[in-house]
Amino acid sequence: MLGLELSFIWAGIIALAVLIYVILDGFDLGVGLLFPLTKDEQERNVMMNSISPIWDGNETWLVLGGGGLFAVFPLAYAVVMPALYMPIILMLLGLIFRGVAFEYRWRTKRWKPLWDLAFFGGSLVAALCQGIALGALVQGIEIENRVYAGGWWDWLTPFSLLTGVAVTVGYAMLGATWLNMKLEGRIQRHMRRLAWPFALATLVFMALVSLWTPFQQAEYFGRWFAWPAMLFSGVVPVLVVLASLGLLQGLRRQMDVRPFLCAQSLFILGFIGIGISFYPNIVPPSLTIAEAAAPDESLLFTLVGTLVLLPMILGYTAYAYWVFRGKVDPEEGYH
Amino acid sequence: MLDAYSAETLARVQFAFTVSFHIIFPAFSIGLASYLAVLNALWLRTRDETYFVLFNYWKKIFAVAFGMGVVSGVVMSYQFGTNWAAFSDKAGPVVGPLMAYEVLSAFFLEAGFLGIMLFGRRRVGDGLHMFATAMVAFGTLLSATWILSVNSWMQTPQGFAMNDVGQFIPVDWWAIVFSPSFPYRLLHMVLAAYLTTALVVGAVGALHLLRDRQDRPSRRMFSMAMWMLAVVTPLQIVAGDFHGINTLEHQPAKVMAMEGHFDSHENGAPLILFGIPNQAEKRVDYAIQIPKLSSLILKHNLNAPLDGLDTIPDEDEPPVAIVFFSFRIMVALGFAMLGLGLWGLWARYRRRLYDAPMLHRAALVMGPTGFIAVLAGWITTEVGRQPFTVYGLLRTSDSLAPVAAPAVATSLIAFIVVYFFVFGAGTYYILRMMGHAVVPESRDALRKEAPTRAAGTTPVAQYDARTKEPRHAGS
Ligand code: HDD
Ligand code: HEM
Ligand code: HEM
Repeated sequence: MLGLELSFIWAGIIALAVLIYVILDGFDLGVGLLFPLTKDEQERNVMMNSISPIWDGNETWLVLGGGGLFAVFPLAYAVVMPALYMPIILMLLGLIFRGVAFEYRWRTKRWKPLWDLAFFGGSLVAALCQGIALGALVQGIEIENRVYAGGWWDWLTPFSLLTGVAVTVGYAMLGATWLNMKLEGRIQRHMRRLAWPFALATLVFMALVSLWTPFQQAEYFGRWFAWPAMLFSGVVPVLVVLASLGLLQGLRRQMDVRPFLCAQSLFILGFIGIGISFYPNIVPPSLTIAEAAAPDESLLFTLVGTLVLLPMILGYTAYAYWVFRGKVDPEEGYH
Repeated sequence: MLDAYSAETLARVQFAFTVSFHIIFPAFSIGLASYLAVLNALWLRTRDETYFVLFNYWKKIFAVAFGMGVVSGVVMSYQFGTNWAAFSDKAGPVVGPLMAYEVLSAFFLEAGFLGIMLFGRRRVGDGLHMFATAMVAFGTLLSATWILSVNSWMQTPQGFAMNDVGQFIPVDWWAIVFSPSFPYRLLHMVLAAYLTTALVVGAVGALHLLRDRQDRPSRRMFSMAMWMLAVVTPLQIVAGDFHGINTLEHQPAKVMAMEGHFDSHENGAPLILFGIPNQAEKRVDYAIQIPKLSSLILKHNLNAPLDGLDTIPDEDEPPVAIVFFSFRIMVALGFAMLGLGLWGLWARYRRRLYDAPMLHRAALVMGPTGFIAVLAGWITTEVGRQPFTVYGLLRTSDSLAPVAAPAVATSLIAFIVVYFFVFGAGTYYILRMMGHAVVPESRDALRKEAPTRAAGTTPVAQYDARTKEPRHAGS
């Protein structure tokens, strides 16, 4: 019994880590996606400076997502990674290019355009691959005898491509609303203008993915459209509509903070929607949370430290954001 | 071209390649983070601008090296799943939690405070900035602690049981975290990181001293590096000796490979200084050896008997030649470093530390040797424990993920191309930064901003302007 409860607590923590990752790294990948949409060198400098002090912390949640899965659901980790081999490797390569661009682009004049391109390209590949990985997971992963039983191209389907594009467009929306919040003057106006098309496209893609998902597996369909469950899961689309209205209105009224928060809410709601579809599986269609969990000793040992360390991490992460609060000073940066 | 190789071989090459690149950056950033913390503390305490200038100089280099460490590290943490899924499933319950602790206690700490350390001095003030700098340094050390605990458990596993699906189940966490080889490995690795950094700092100082003997910051860093070398190298050699004795107890086959002992010796084993191991014929060709010395080193007794690889079944033997040579490279470099440290002491005693071009040239040449020794050390450790991933219990060939060889080959080629390009560029930028004198711009700044002032007494505010320290709007 204890084991069951522990594994569910852990599923919650891992889901939280992934959600925090999406919320935090989503917008900084989005900033990378917007890089080529401005020709002005000065603008790009400020865009990057708005995330330079925090991007590494943001990306660490991805390491926690992977490392945490390894620690508490080793079987899920061992099945998912080979199944998503190509998207994962491509994502890692993308993250390499964008990660080094933060420093490299200041270290060279001649090659600066190259590292700007690397920043954009790396962000694009990483965002696409994350979306594709999500779609491939929703489609389901074939397992036999505790081992991934499919081929190395199974992840590639029209559905996973759709989720890939959807996540990418959504990240661009997050990036644009972040920059609208952090920048001033001409650049802010530019970013606010850019936020419109990405916001609208995100809503369209969310609708497409939501309509298609229930048809991926009979279980998902039941979860959303069976009668009593529908009452509960029906709340999600209603909130989505509210958040969208808030987002568009915030942009129209030229607000700083609200568009960003509403855009984030859309992501959170989408995430909850996926959670509803998955439960109680950790890897659809057949690997449940309880089956994939490591033995109690591992779960408990890791939980004790997590309960102490996670609040501390949230504390100093919040502090770091606080230190760099407010509008970005275009003169700032140590380079 | 790569079709000829099995998925296992390719996955091993890929792991070795990516981790070898990765370790180069931590080896430098662990040491450099501590060095920066020391420089900053000295600056706050003495208000001697030399420290401040050095801090800013190395901070930029650190930022680039650290960035490369982060991106190559993220690859590592996913590689266990992509290429070694069977290992992940089986050993995950034991090593996974240790890695999770590494993320929670170390990676977040480094990343969270890195931004403040690099960008935040003006925003948070000296005290908190010092705290952030110390936290980054502490984080790198914690990270090394956890990951070496993982690695040590894989080398000398204990504190576990097996369940019916073949997973290692933790029984005693204390025994798992503190496995027998862990204290030695941790000490040896952290000292290696400090040595590596001292050699780099020393080489950069030497380079600039060769150009300008009077340059204050170069003198300071060269002197600091030489002290570090003189103190840490002997410690490292002693630590290495203890490490070897510990390995003899827990992984005798590895020591046999390191020593090139194919045969057992009843009455004192010789130390083979050099030779070419011939695993097929089970002998060392062209061996140059000193009788009984190996027994003296490993058993502290000239006549102690030592077993050789003839006591190990063939299928459990590691590849001897690689281990034999990489071990010799590490030890030779260790003694070369000792030589450099002693030379530095001698020059200091003669009061010619800044006035010794030969010493400076030697320090320059020795600059990269820390990295080589670190790589050689890891190759000794890792190849020496083959053919197992969890020593004696889980074979490398049983650790593999169910991925097709072409998939591994494709990703391997991609990693090779990307790593050489990206990390090549980063290394070039770092070398170029190191080539710049510590305060070239300060001279311009002097000319422009304080024409009446004599060199060497530039006020801090002007260094600030030059290095464009973050300025808070309004301050
Ligand atoms: C002895 C030290 C040491 C060793 C053996 C390793 N690492 Fe490492 N690693 C570090 C010392 C380090 C570090 C000093 O903490 C780094 C280097 C630069 C940095 O950012 O942190 C780091 C970074 C780093 C990161 C990025 C952290 C971040 O996002 O900030 C990850 C995910 C890993 N490592 C994972 C690994 C894995 C899976 C390894 C084994 C296969 C490994 N490291 C070997
Ligand atoms: C960072 C320094 C390290 C270096 C330079 C290094 C190097 C290597 C090398 C060269 C091999 C290949 C051996 C062979 O196949 O003959 C290897 C194997 C391996 N190492 Fe390490 N290693 C390091 C750290 C680690 C750590 C910290 C872990 C565990 C957490 C680890 C886990 C493994 C595993 C699972 C293998 C087996 C796969 C293989 O044979 O390639 N290594 N390593
Ligand atoms: C000259 C005296 C030295 C001796 C006797 C020595 C001894 C050893 C031994 C026996 C091992 C293998 C441990 C095992 O896995 O069983 C080892 C590993 C290693 N050595 Fe050395 N070493 C020396 C110098 C150095 C130097 C100068 C460096 C780097 C600056 C270095 C870096 C390493 C590293 C990184 C490892 C792998 C990690 C570990 O197992 O600790 N060593 N050393």
